[in-house]
Amino acid sequence: MALYELTIREARALLRKGEISSVELTRAVLERIEALDSKVRAYLTVTPERALEQAREADARRAAGDDAPLLGIPMAIKDVICTKGVETTCGSRILKGFVPPYDATVIVKLRAAGAVLLGKTNTDEFAMGSSTENSGYFTTHNPWDLTRVPGGSSGGSAAAVAAGEALAALGSDTGGSVRQPAAFCGVAGIKPTYGRVSRYGLVAFASSLDQIGAFGREVADVASVLGVIAGHDPRDSTSVNLPVPNYEEALIPDIRGMRIGIPKEYFVEGIQPGVEKALREAIRTLEGLGAVVDEVSLPHTSYALPAYYLIAPAEASANLARYDGVKYGLSIPGETMWDGYRNTRGQGFGPEVKRRIMLGTYALSAGYYDAYYLKAQKVRTLIKQDFDKAFERFDALVTPTTPMVAFKIGEKIADPLSMYLTDIFTLAPSLAGICGMVVPCGLADGMPVGMQILTGAFQEPTALRVAYAYEQATEWHKLRPPLDGKAEDKEVVRQ
Amino acid sequence: MKLTLEQVEHIAELAKLGLTDEEKEGYRVQLSAILEYADMIQQLDTEAIPPTATVLPLRNVMRDDEVTPSLPVEEVLANAPDVEDNCFRVKAILG
Repeated sequence: MALYELTIREARALLRKGEISSVELTRAVLERIEALDSKVRAYLTVTPERALEQAREADARRAAGDDAPLLGIPMAIKDVICTKGVETTCGSRILKGFVPPYDATVIVKLRAAGAVLLGKTNTDEFAMGSSTENSGYFTTHNPWDLTRVPGGSSGGSAAAVAAGEALAALGSDTGGSVRQPAAFCGVAGIKPTYGRVSRYGLVAFASSLDQIGAFGREVADVASVLGVIAGHDPRDSTSVNLPVPNYEEALIPDIRGMRIGIPKEYFVEGIQPGVEKALREAIRTLEGLGAVVDEVSLPHTSYALPAYYLIAPAEASANLARYDGVKYGLSIPGETMWDGYRNTRGQGFGPEVKRRIMLGTYALSAGYYDAYYLKAQKVRTLIKQDFDKAFERFDALVTPTTPMVAFKIGEKIADPLSMYLTDIFTLAPSLAGICGMVVPCGLADGMPVGMQILTGAFQEPTALRVAYAYEQATEWHKLRPPLDGKAEDKEVVRQ
Repeated sequence: MKLTLEQVEHIAELAKLGLTDEEKEGYRVQLSAILEYADMIQQLDTEAIPPTATVLPLRNVMRDDEVTPSLPVEEVLANAPDVEDNCFRVKAILG
């Protein structure tokens, strides 16, 4: 097995035994990036010298007896997370050349835990999108089929992990931006509870929804990364001061007696038959493992999309007011200060970002605030109450992550509403602020399908446990995209 | 909800976005469709429902007002397009 194919767990075992060094592992992944990324285009920036320097440092730490949880593990970082000294663009032309003078808290934590950072991954501009097609630079390709999108907005991170261009990655999730690309690329991903992970240094999109999450090739890897990045941060007043559980201890392959709800609103007309079939089979597997499965109703589900697309753009329109060509990034001066703002913002932002700023500005403007923004916040309460009620009866809810598998590049970009509809299963949990985990649970049309496991606020251990038990009972997580012409991998699992 | 071109121009001005005529027309059509879809939430009776601005039980988070080191000024200004005397340089706001 090539080194770049290792999971964190496997790599850690080899590093501990001294059978490989972090420099060897990092070099293998950098070579993989070099060989493949002209096709996949997962990375906006690769920092090989920095990565090798960090790998050497990790090897030195290990030689000195250190065994930090991610020591020597090469990871990728979504380009919406600030990295000191490394360009951070958020996939936007308006931040071209921006080099943060500080590290996000999650970066400080990853480095303290010994992670090696390979570079910054592509994203829809300011994390607004579901395909990376809204990136101001280029579109990332799905490693399973290069003519399809990897999902978004954290499509670069998901594609990098799927393609062996990183062992794990950080993404951010506002309305599904970790979960949807995890499903599309056939990797595991988690959107932790709002407040679980510090947002300090995460460039803001919609502040009441944004949360940093993690991708890995198996559930245990996601648990390892989450354990490092979670926790209270005095620099983020919305990070919650609760103890961080040992997530690796939550990886128990036993869900007997666990109560799992299946929200009937998530199995509606329009869902791709192969996706529904994979989910139904996965649910039967959970039942076979001893879970007590029953149907549940989340009656306000269909209102999540309109509520989200009023609340998130409203918050975005306020957050993105900071891009004025004065402090950083693109600056196109005009006759007056106001002309400079109009020029810089008009030319620096891409079409989707401008669309959302317009939508959000409208929803907040005089005369429309009550009908749109305030109304949407009230609907958000109803959606949250649906989940609160469901979690009185159930430990976890299981749903499809998306109504379809990864779509073709260009298929939906001209119709914003049809693009927004790809997120219908991830938006409601985001509005409720709860935990969402995704694991691969099958193939449809040769493309990965992801199961979404939802648990209540700060119930990450339960989500990880369900995901882990399912993963241990199935082979889907072992599938790899056919990038090297290794189609036999798929055959093994189908038998 | 059908938007007029004047409304689109008004929103763009509030957001300080310089748009081309083509963009304005595009957004007029697209935003109208999105808002029409969003109008679905008007069906719900939310008379007695409080709004949710944040899902957290936290409200005002206070801390001691202690002096801690801040980022070096020169590093912060290093990304600025125009700088003078340790300040961001901008065009005159008045006059």
